[in-house]
Amino acid sequence: MELKSNAPLIDAQHPIATAWERHRFNMKLVNPANKRKYSVIVVGTGLAGASAAATLAELGYNIKAFCFQDSPRRAHSIAAQGGINAAKDYPGDGDSVFRLFYDTVKGGDYRSREANVYRLAQLSLNIIDQAVGQGVPLAREYGGLLSNRSFGGAQVSRTFYARGQTGQQLLLGAYQALARQIEANKVEMHVRTEMMDLIVIDGRARGIVSRNLVTGALEAHIADAVVLASGGYGNVYFLSTNAMASNGSAAWRAYRRGALFANPCYTQIHPTCIPVHGEHQSKLTLMSESLRNDGRVWVPKKAEDCGKNPNTIPEEDRDYYLERKYPSFGNLVPRDVASRNAKMVCDEGRGVGATKLGVYLDFSDAINRLGKHVVEERYGNLFEMYERITDEDPYKTPMRIFPAVHYTMGGLWVDYNLQSNIPGLFVLGEANFSDHGANRLGASALMQGLADGYFVIPYTLGHYLATATVDKALPKIAEDHEAVVATLDEVKARVDQLMSIGGSRTPDSFHKELGKIMWEHVGMGRTEAGLKTALELIPKLRAEFYKDLKVVGAAESLNITLEKAARVADFLELAELMARDALNRAESCGGHFREESQTEEGEAKRDDEQFSYVAAWAFKGADEAPELHKEALTFDHVKLTQRSYK
Amino acid sequence: MKITLHVWRQSDAKDKGHFEKYVHPNVSPDSSFLEMLDEVNEDLLSQNKEPIAFDNDCREGICGACGMVINGAPHGPQRLTTTCQLHMRKFKDGDEVWIEPWRAKAFPVIRDLIVDRGAMDRIIEAGGYISINTQNAQDANALPIPKPVADKAMDAATCIGCGACVAACPNAAAMLFTSAKVSHLGLLPQGQPERARRVGNMVAQMEAEGFGGCTNHGDCAEACPKGIGLEFIARMNRDFFGAMLKSPDHIPARWKRR
Repeated sequence: MELKSNAPLIDAQHPIATAWERHRFNMKLVNPANKRKYSVIVVGTGLAGASAAATLAELGYNIKAFCFQDSPRRAHSIAAQGGINAAKDYPGDGDSVFRLFYDTVKGGDYRSREANVYRLAQLSLNIIDQAVGQGVPLAREYGGLLSNRSFGGAQVSRTFYARGQTGQQLLLGAYQALARQIEANKVEMHVRTEMMDLIVIDGRARGIVSRNLVTGALEAHIADAVVLASGGYGNVYFLSTNAMASNGSAAWRAYRRGALFANPCYTQIHPTCIPVHGEHQSKLTLMSESLRNDGRVWVPKKAEDCGKNPNTIPEEDRDYYLERKYPSFGNLVPRDVASRNAKMVCDEGRGVGATKLGVYLDFSDAINRLGKHVVEERYGNLFEMYERITDEDPYKTPMRIFPAVHYTMGGLWVDYNLQSNIPGLFVLGEANFSDHGANRLGASALMQGLADGYFVIPYTLGHYLATATVDKALPKIAEDHEAVVATLDEVKARVDQLMSIGGSRTPDSFHKELGKIMWEHVGMGRTEAGLKTALELIPKLRAEFYKDLKVVGAAESLNITLEKAARVADFLELAELMARDALNRAESCGGHFREESQTEEGEAKRDDEQFSYVAAWAFKGADEAPELHKEALTFDHVKLTQRSYK
Repeated sequence: MKITLHVWRQSDAKDKGHFEKYVHPNVSPDSSFLEMLDEVNEDLLSQNKEPIAFDNDCREGICGACGMVINGAPHGPQRLTTTCQLHMRKFKDGDEVWIEPWRAKAFPVIRDLIVDRGAMDRIIEAGGYISINTQNAQDANALPIPKPVADKAMDAATCIGCGACVAACPNAAAMLFTSAKVSHLGLLPQGQPERARRVGNMVAQMEAEGFGGCTNHGDCAEACPKGIGLEFIARMNRDFFGAMLKSPDHIPARWKRR
């Protein structure tokens, strides 16, 4: 299969800066009076899904939106703390659309598509305007203008924020826009409803099968197009900063129906999380990376000091390893670099805390320099959260932090129009693979989710519908269409299977075991041998799951065990694809670190000759190996270099 | 430590419901309240019993999904803390803990500790937004907003919509929740064109959903995990009566008849 990006022509006569504008002009439009004749399904109501559903409804399309939470306002975008990037250059410190584009391609370690990233940087401007127009209370200066701060991996201040709750405020903005359309009867909102499968008819995405999480009812929903904005799959590791119910099932089910899964091995491990404290731990808590602006990361120079009270360790016995190794970026190196270095010092036996899996993030210099009140004003809520969880006061004792799985750059393959290889299936936000390459920069997830939902899909979806209508490719589908009935039956059989295994182990016990395999072998440092081990262990665990799973209660009612079991079943398949992709990519890039491929200084070493491509995997059957398709990546505007943050 | 739980179990909206007793003999003080319940659930599952159903998701205190009444207090004994952020070190070895769902006419129980909070979404749908379509915004810095105003709007906007205020109120009123959104938007210049209409419609919806009225107990603000203050209720009342005088068209019929 040839993968076409469908990006507009870019050459000397057709600059990248006008690509999106040209593309928008060339796309077909749907007549305003005809928009109400189309129906669109949107799965997920985070930043990407809520903004897409609201905007498409404003344009006049009929939307059915779905979320598994009890309200669209609770999608996990809400937990994003630090901020959102935009190339506004309000501080006048030399930022520009091109610089944001450049930083994002470089930060992604040259594994993203230039045309997409350029568009993202352009649209970042509109996002801030839109959010302020909606009443999102972004932080301001005393002059009344918007405030900016710098954020991990950037040397300009381009991050807009709302205290430590930027995701919450942006999501509430999108949710309120969605609420307005629900009130206007343009959006039919289905809460507590989970997508179980994709309905594909004549090669086009035409609907979904959902499960009502309260009644257990399985229902088919038919539409002219399907938009997936179902988030990432970081919970494959069991412990991550994702919400408890965040899952990969919607994307995985689309994959099993023929959508390509791109770069599944690209996982972001966030450097500043609260360390694991015990077996009962259910999730990991992120501390915003903005903490690295004022906190200094260190571990003791000598392993024997690691058990000591950190305040008694003199300055000369501390190793501020990020400042030592990366003098120009210091504590602000990108996430992958910061995480890997934390792992390295812990591997050397210099980790701190009871588990020895932690490093210090110390604010004593900042408190001495700025005063406690300034530190409190900047990070008060984070310090409080830390104290609540660990029972330690970070104003007095340095915080302990450790990396944790946070974001997945991989996802369903999409073209420039955010359309997957299945016509009519569009994928937005973290659920797609685009824009972040092999590593996402801080404050860029909110930017991408909203760019996709507010400013890309409204145009590209219209083009699809207009073109497909001309081609007479969207006939009316009856509810008893054989493909609809067959998909419903398959979902029902899957649910029945999970209910009837009658084994002895809970879904969580399998999930925890899978998480350990993944963290151990497909985590921060990956080796050929480790990945091969994972590829043996995962299918074994999956086989045991189908022999020994226990689910109690009924399928036709609210059943939290069944919900978990269905998600874990899909994680058990997705995990294998991640390991396979990681094994195939015998280079290091961004968040994917293959220990065989590193520079003499221990930095990630890319192999552009062999791996400058998007790895897009096609499902070939439950027990068959997936097929690898490659989309070559070319770089005409950003020079390929070995990333250096020295 | 050993904790004895009395948990409200109710199979669906029609079931009458009852307390069941569970003993967790070995709770780690470092675990969160919900992690303790996870362990109880794993134990119930191993005995082929149905686990306790409760809403939760982010476990970082921001999504607003979790919430249960713990020993009579919404979200439990620690101030400014959601259930998911409450840790077991706040309890003592041998404690008895009573766990119930939010209780309010407008929040019917779905199962065990899960209630239907759709009424809160419908209050927002009635007017909790600024009517601006995508692509219609001017440059973000074209409208300076004094920092104290923006900060005050942010204070109100931090509401997570968990419903603890309703659960705490003897009248099961949703005044704190509604006033937080009315104030967030009503404070900002962008929110002025719809200010009167918004407060009228949101208050009308709040009443239609069966939430009670405010009689100034202040239990809501005490229970709020985000510290939303009573001043916003006062502000909503001012907005409402101001709208009644200045723009009576925006006030629901029921209020006009008086």
